[in-house]
Amino acid sequence: MDVFLQTLVAGVLKGGLYALIGAGMTLIMGVMRIINLAHGQMMMVAMYITYVCFHYWGLDPYLALFISMPALFLLGVGIQKYTLNPLLKAESLLPENQVLMTVGIGMVLTEVIRFIFTSNYLSVKTGYSDAAFFLGRISFSVALTIAFGIACAITAFLFWLLVKTDLGRSIRAVAQDEEAAALMGIHVERIRSTAMGLGAALAAAAGTLLLPVYYLYPDIGGPFTRRAFIITVLGGLGSTVGAIGGGLVLGLAEAFGATYIGMASEEMVGLIIFLAVLLFLPEGLKRLTRV
Amino acid sequence: MNVLQRILPPRLRPIALFAILSLLPAAVRSPYFLHLMILVLLWVAIGAGWNILAGYAGQVSFGAAAFFGAGAYASGLLAVKAGMSPWWGLAVGPAVAVLLAFPFGALTFPLRGAYFALATLALGEIMRHVATIWESLTEGMVGILILRTFASESPYYYMALALAAASVGCVEWIVRSRLGFYLVSIREDQDAAASIGIPTTRYKMIALSLHALLTGMAGALYMCYMGYIDPKVAFSLHDISIMAILVTIVGGVGTAYGPVLGAFVMVFLQEAFRTGGFGALDAVNKALEWRVLDWAIPYIKQAHVLAFGVLVVIVILAMPNGLLGGWARHKGRKRQAAVCSE
Amino acid sequence: MAILELHSVSKHFGGLKALDDVSLQVEAGETFGLIGPNGSGKTTLFNCVSRCFPLTSGRILLNGRDITRLPTHRVCRLGIGRTFQVVRPLKRMTVLDNVIASALLRARTVAEARTIAEETLEFCGLSAHAGQLARSLPIASRKRLEIARALATQPSVLLLDETAAGLNFTELAEAIDLVRRIRRSGTAILIVEHIMKVIMTLCDRIHVIHHGQTIAEGTPAEVARHRRVVEAYLGASWEAPPESKRHLTS
Ligand SMILES: Nc1ncnc2c1ncn2[C@@H]1O[C@H](COP(=O)(O)OP(=O)(O)O)[C@@H](O)[C@H]1O
Ligand SMILES: [Mg+2]
Repeated sequence: MDVFLQTLVAGVLKGGLYALIGAGMTLIMGVMRIINLAHGQMMMVAMYITYVCFHYWGLDPYLALFISMPALFLLGVGIQKYTLNPLLKAESLLPENQVLMTVGIGMVLTEVIRFIFTSNYLSVKTGYSDAAFFLGRISFSVALTIAFGIACAITAFLFWLLVKTDLGRSIRAVAQDEEAAALMGIHVERIRSTAMGLGAALAAAAGTLLLPVYYLYPDIGGPFTRRAFIITVLGGLGSTVGAIGGGLVLGLAEAFGATYIGMASEEMVGLIIFLAVLLFLPEGLKRLTRV
Repeated sequence: MNVLQRILPPRLRPIALFAILSLLPAAVRSPYFLHLMILVLLWVAIGAGWNILAGYAGQVSFGAAAFFGAGAYASGLLAVKAGMSPWWGLAVGPAVAVLLAFPFGALTFPLRGAYFALATLALGEIMRHVATIWESLTEGMVGILILRTFASESPYYYMALALAAASVGCVEWIVRSRLGFYLVSIREDQDAAASIGIPTTRYKMIALSLHALLTGMAGALYMCYMGYIDPKVAFSLHDISIMAILVTIVGGVGTAYGPVLGAFVMVFLQEAFRTGGFGALDAVNKALEWRVLDWAIPYIKQAHVLAFGVLVVIVILAMPNGLLGGWARHKGRKRQAAVCSE
Repeated sequence: MAILELHSVSKHFGGLKALDDVSLQVEAGETFGLIGPNGSGKTTLFNCVSRCFPLTSGRILLNGRDITRLPTHRVCRLGIGRTFQVVRPLKRMTVLDNVIASALLRARTVAEARTIAEETLEFCGLSAHAGQLARSLPIASRKRLEIARALATQPSVLLLDETAAGLNFTELAEAIDLVRRIRRSGTAILIVEHIMKVIMTLCDRIHVIHHGQTIAEGTPAEVARHRRVVEAYLGASWEAPPESKRHLTS
């Protein structure tokens, strides 16, 4: 029973961070209608920024959020503005050009980071990295618990932004019907860039929050892109609430997979979930992909 | 242009190209060069397969690696586990790839939108994981090692040439046939295609099978030639799936000879980056003795993956329809507008 | 004998009854008009017949054969050709290739299909545009391309969805002429149109729907006199309820 509860706690805590990653990807998916295959790589860049902040300036990772999130916001806006928006104007045979572009961007990000930091493993060891507290006999990692709290706060902020603000309304309008939004005077290109920036910033938050209990190397982006991708599919391609649910499900599934099947299966679990969605939920997805 | 037209009318160009390529091993004795040419020819086949599915039928696949790896592993496992000749893989590999494609297509084709592309991506990743984890069958990360049948490159070269020629011929035939008209109709508008009596799912399935078949065949031949694969090589997202897309996009999506041009450009570009301009940088360095180059060359050679990524970005930004596609537009050629791109 | 029969066809989108228990019969060789205000469910009815989506209930028969559950392409093979109200040309193919693609349904070879396609383009007056990319056509020609593409499948029933909308005076005359010539070739036509001139001059019988329900059926002359038809088109203004009148005066 203890093992079960412990796994549950670990899964939920991890799932909170995955929800952030998934929400970012979903935001991009909703507005741009593409899957951002550079998502994990953006997160990786944010983790390196956090690493630099901590290692060279002694800045606590939680404070580094205030640097990594704006930085990634700018990066996302730049990527959208200079590489993805131009594609929408260029007439091409296949709309998937944009997805391919994100792959290219992911590679560039990874390799630039490798160039600067080499492939070595790095980590950020803070005073609380290994600390834990106990409720009953269940241990809670201090860092992950704080991270979970911050993740919830950021998610709540995201919802407030989407539901209550003009910017949020514009984003939702563009996601629903681009042409109509443009007719209503919404600057669609700017909204796209903003959405990409927000998505990147959310990924940055997840990366920074994860760093104290994780390790870091340039290729870490790939596995997280895959996770984001699975979460987005799980959540139904474009629904923010779905993505949060998807994040929790994936976090739990990975935790239980690691406890009861073995560590090696961690990534496999996600892919099995993906297959299961494909096999058993296609109707639900079909509706959500707006056929 | 006119002179070229007179000396070599368009109809004869494929034959001329084939003749030159057939004579190449006799003319060039460098095994290194032949090795690169074998890779080019394999990429022609893979690119042609991707082009049929994506360029003509409009169903973008991010999963060429799944079929490439299936073909390669089928061939390798026949040799290692069943003690048969790996050459059986040339028949079994593509068959396995197509058998994989059938249930996959049946599951994903009824869904519309980005879904197919995403599912192909996942398929490649799933296959890589399975190949990594299922150690009793695949040897996991250790990979599969077999002995090459021939010491020299040229037999492999001719087999790759045959495969590449067959692939391009296949595309040429498709463009002129019912299949070509149906695939392009599906790419342009699935509902309209169905309304004029085209069984869209069946034809998408045919396109997917051809993609799987050609890619699986290339994978099997790769195994026979290289003698070694592991899950990272055979199921690589970047080096196989993305490369398959790039080869076609660089050359020209929806054109029969696009993948041919694209394969040349991509393989040699990649190799040039990897080797510092085929050693040209080292030579320059030796001649000039610049300190800067001493310092920079290792970095430049290291950065070939970065260069690949930058290439992806530039190619898509600058020529979304590829060299041949863009060229055809400048020439305002009607013929190509007919069934292909424009 | 009825060639196309709809028996109590209903189609609901969630709570919206886009079609509610509609029955009609198109006789062989007949030109049958389907009219109704915008949003009354005409296009939905076409989509049901060409099986773009499943019916909520009801049955559709073609030549006495139940086609209610067949996929779109099978229905086309059995002899239903359709146009789309919002034209859907295969944009990056030439006009000729568009029509070849549909002529291939009955032709055994591409060459044979090409011959059929060329004849069809000639018939529809599109020969001059044959080599052009479909997306570069002006709207009137696109509408004709829709018809040509449907005709090349050699349908026994042709469904035309507002193919005359948005045409100028001469184009309209040409369109009417084209429909006449199609009718002369013996093809049954089910036509949706807002322009009364077209409907009244072309149709043998007219079926009127409103909010997805049948409100009248008959010859053009009968329908034009029908009280509920006039109401549906003019709005119920001359019988407005007292409250709304009060509203107007106050
Ligand atoms: N795919 C659909 N999903 C939801 N509602 C639809 C769909 N297609 C049509 N409708 C609705 O059904 C009604 C009838 O539409 P339609 O058949 O296009 O009318 P008409 O062609 O007579 O103008 C409209 O209210 C329309 O909004
Ligand atoms: Mg309509």
